[in-house]
Amino acid sequence: MAESTKDILTKPIFRENPIALQILGICSALAVTTKLETALVMSIAVTMVTALSSAAIALIRNYIPNSIRIIVQMTVIATLVILVDQFLRAYFFSISKQMSVFVGLIITNCIVMGRAEGFAMKNDPAASFWDGVGNGLGYSFILLTVATVRELLGKGQLMGFQVLSTGDDGIYTPNGLMLLPPSAFFLIGCIIWTIRTFDRKQVEAE
Amino acid sequence: MEHYLSLFLKACFVENMALAFFLGMCTFLAVSKNVKTAFMLGLAVIVVQSITVPMNNLIYQHLLKEGSFAWISPSLANVDLTFVGLISYIGTIAAMVQILEMFLDRYIPALYTTLGIFLPLITVNCAILGGTLFMVERDYNFPESVVFGFGTGVGWALAITALAGIREKLKYSDVPEGLRGLGITFIVVGLMAMAFMALGGIQL
Repeated sequence: MAESTKDILTKPIFRENPIALQILGICSALAVTTKLETALVMSIAVTMVTALSSAAIALIRNYIPNSIRIIVQMTVIATLVILVDQFLRAYFFSISKQMSVFVGLIITNCIVMGRAEGFAMKNDPAASFWDGVGNGLGYSFILLTVATVRELLGKGQLMGFQVLSTGDDGIYTPNGLMLLPPSAFFLIGCIIWTIRTFDRKQVEAE
Repeated sequence: MEHYLSLFLKACFVENMALAFFLGMCTFLAVSKNVKTAFMLGLAVIVVQSITVPMNNLIYQHLLKEGSFAWISPSLANVDLTFVGLISYIGTIAAMVQILEMFLDRYIPALYTTLGIFLPLITVNCAILGGTLFMVERDYNFPESVVFGFGTGVGWALAITALAGIREKLKYSDVPEGLRGLGITFIVVGLMAMAFMALGGIQL
């Protein structure tokens, strides 16, 4: 192992961000970013699933026959997602209702699958665990940024609390577009632009 | 009949999987560089979606839903297996894709070679699992699920083909350096999503 734990943990946040560089796992992410609260829950859920599934798959990586590895990975991931889903339904029912099908869609989140296939199959459980956490954090970083902007500009709120006063004598007029799907695309586009302005290596050749 | 038609339009345009729910985004962005491949992938999604959604509907209605075993004996009436739903849906999808692949390989090799890598990729396409999960959440019956599956597939195929068309033209424009490739694609998809929202009020 040439890479230290710190490297494995921090690299995916900026330099190799799974969303901004590798276009992985945007699928289920954007729909839950209208509010910071749901985005936070989603981030925690994805980080947990990625870390634990990578660790579990790394643990049994030498016993998985190559031809059925996808289905084994799927089963491990699906089991963890069911656990998360049941937990949310039991303790955070209203949030779980708002997130509707998107908790279940963590199964097909390409980050989880990608880390299992790309990292966990070749490394030991501890490194895979930290790699999962790091990628989960990279995902959370984008998710939370988008959600903060959308909730603040869309409703003048953060985590459901009124930050900017709206209404007749308020200082801010909410921008309704921020609550609609297209704004999420624009925001991610801008985040990618910002990251690539600072890190020119990521710029795509024409 | 009208009910099904409006369900189809809703699944296809108003609640477009890619543009309104952000589903299948990974493949949507990665495989939309030219129209031909995008169209092929769209076709594959339509086929898989119209098979798996009704299939999972049968599984949900007759095996998992609370009370679906009541016909065996009344004591089984309150068996609720919905918590294993996720794992059985993804299993069904993976199996269906595999079967479809073998079937095409054996009987329609021309189509099989054209679709190539895209077929297995579809297993991890969120639009497929998403279609199934929406079907479960809204408790569609069997005919409705057929229409819904087909509609969502068509909507997704439409969106990816349109995006590929735009991206082909985009090659000739002068995009700021950091925005090239992925960045500008996101902006374009955002604009497309806005255009699709104009269809929001349609009701039959």
